[in-house]
Amino acid sequence: MTATALPTPGGAPGARSLTTRGKAGDRVLSTLTTVATVTILVMLGVILVDIALGGAKVISWEFLSADPREGMTAGGIFPAIFGTVALTLLMTVAAVPAGVATAVYLSEYASRDALLPRLVRVCIANLAGVPSVVFGLFGLGFFISAVGRGIDRAAFGGRLTYGQPSLVSAALTLSILTLPVVVVATEEAIRAVPLELREASLALGATKFQTILRIVLPEALGGILTGGILAVSRGAGEVAPIMFTGAAYFLPSLPLHLNDQFMNLGYHVYVLATQSPDVDRTKPLLYGTVLVLLVLTFLLNLVAILIRLRTRRRLRAGA
Amino acid sequence: MTANVSTDAGRNATRPASLVHRSNWPERLAEGAVKGVALLSIAAVVLILLFVGKDALPVLLDPEVQKEVSFSSLFAPIAGSGFMWQPVSLTPKYNIVPLLVGTLKVSAIALLFAVPLSVLAAVFVSELAGKRTREIVKPAIELLAGIPSVVVGFFALVVLAGWVQRVFGTEHRLNALVAGLALSFAVCPIIFSVSEDALRAVPDSYRAAALALGSTRSQMILRVVVPAAAPGIAASVVLGFGRAIGETMIVVLASGNAALLGWSWGTSTRTVTATIAQELGEVVVGSPHYHVLFFLGAVLFVCTLGVNLTGERIVHGMRRKLGGGS
Repeated sequence: MTATALPTPGGAPGARSLTTRGKAGDRVLSTLTTVATVTILVMLGVILVDIALGGAKVISWEFLSADPREGMTAGGIFPAIFGTVALTLLMTVAAVPAGVATAVYLSEYASRDALLPRLVRVCIANLAGVPSVVFGLFGLGFFISAVGRGIDRAAFGGRLTYGQPSLVSAALTLSILTLPVVVVATEEAIRAVPLELREASLALGATKFQTILRIVLPEALGGILTGGILAVSRGAGEVAPIMFTGAAYFLPSLPLHLNDQFMNLGYHVYVLATQSPDVDRTKPLLYGTVLVLLVLTFLLNLVAILIRLRTRRRLRAGA
Repeated sequence: MTANVSTDAGRNATRPASLVHRSNWPERLAEGAVKGVALLSIAAVVLILLFVGKDALPVLLDPEVQKEVSFSSLFAPIAGSGFMWQPVSLTPKYNIVPLLVGTLKVSAIALLFAVPLSVLAAVFVSELAGKRTREIVKPAIELLAGIPSVVVGFFALVVLAGWVQRVFGTEHRLNALVAGLALSFAVCPIIFSVSEDALRAVPDSYRAAALALGSTRSQMILRVVVPAAAPGIAASVVLGFGRAIGETMIVVLASGNAALLGWSWGTSTRTVTATIAQELGEVVVGSPHYHVLFFLGAVLFVCTLGVNLTGERIVHGMRRKLGGGS
């Protein structure tokens, strides 16, 4: 009678065969899926172990704190670490407030089916799918050529100041790339805040904005933090969007102004790996740089995933 | 006042009742500001389209640029040299067919490895694994997505390429197979998460019904759960493809970057993304080469946009269907 509900292929014995053949099928399926899962985990493990072993030999206080020497074959990578941190901090300053505000709009102000919030959602989803190299083209065309040159003409009498690759244009480019990460994490967290809390706040006479600012956002802080951390981790590892918008291979001084160029861990790896004339001499340094980059992004990611797991478990326990 | 609140709550039950109609300018200002910021994401997409498009269009419209390159010369074989991408030469040749083929070839190899592995892993995590295993495996696979692509590319360049050459004896050390394998690392987490979500969205009543009718677990999974989640699994492959064609740093480091036309997996290959990444830094702003690179970017943008929209649409359709059915 319920045969129609089950998509049994025509001619197959169907649900009747509860025989040894069925049990064998169970075993085959569970073996296959386990092997696939283990393969993916082994891939992850092999990359991590190889880079940890290769990099650990190189990491030292000097490597982390000194400038590169002898054409990048000796010394340290401090300027690249500094540049990466400066870049991601600046990116966070732009991406997190914008992302949180977007999430607040989507979950607190907009009604679910209206055209505008739906359009915002589609755009966020698409921003997340735009290839990172296209962000690089956009940063060059928009932040540097259009906006930067415009500012130079208006405020600096045409002297090249912001109309060239710089820390600020790379950071803004990255902030658009990481915006969806912040929005998605924040919205999830805001939606998890119980309705009763908002109702209680409103019933006590608080306005909607007061409720959002003092009840909803503090309750959702864990999720916002997760989003921020994931964005930093993503931004710290991206190379394609910054290679035309501000990253430089070698600079004699640290970037101290918004319109300075900067060194960056990922870009350092890329240039060293593709354009070095002497690969064997740079390989140890490369491993070290990759390990620093990996530790930076990976630890941040791990922290974010753990926070998220804990919040989700708490939610499920509460529901 | 109270009546107002209750009707508002009735109309929109998922949202707390608000004091909407009280005229209160700081409230309105705050709402306006929040809304204004939310519109930035729309502005961003529009601006990307405008500013990448602006520098891509001269390829089709500007007569100066068209002396060197035209729409037909981008795709049709050039007399004497055939399909050739050779932007830096006495007579530059901008035929993008080798690059498009390169991108498709590398992406296809990546999907060939990533799809079976990730879908099977998703079945394992969603249907077969115990709770504790699931809580370790799922975040671990998501962590794979957190490895920067330049790191994966570096690993492919230094380690994987050597392994592949030893096993397959390929002609070039860096080739489409190495790039495709490395790319599958980046694609696996996407296919896995979207597939796993799709499998979990299948209501438990389906499983209970199948088991109650006497099917074994494997029959239940293969004939009920997987077919019900099939659109979501298809969407995961589509989204994985979108990620694969847009990935840059992995292919720059691992593919060898020679723009040779051909479907062989063992030869050095150049993709669209790698071409932009490697050439834009050295090109004269406003030159035909510059505009062709933006044109490639625009093609890439439009392709990924289409691919992602398709994927999203399938996912939403399936969710609505399963949600309505249970």
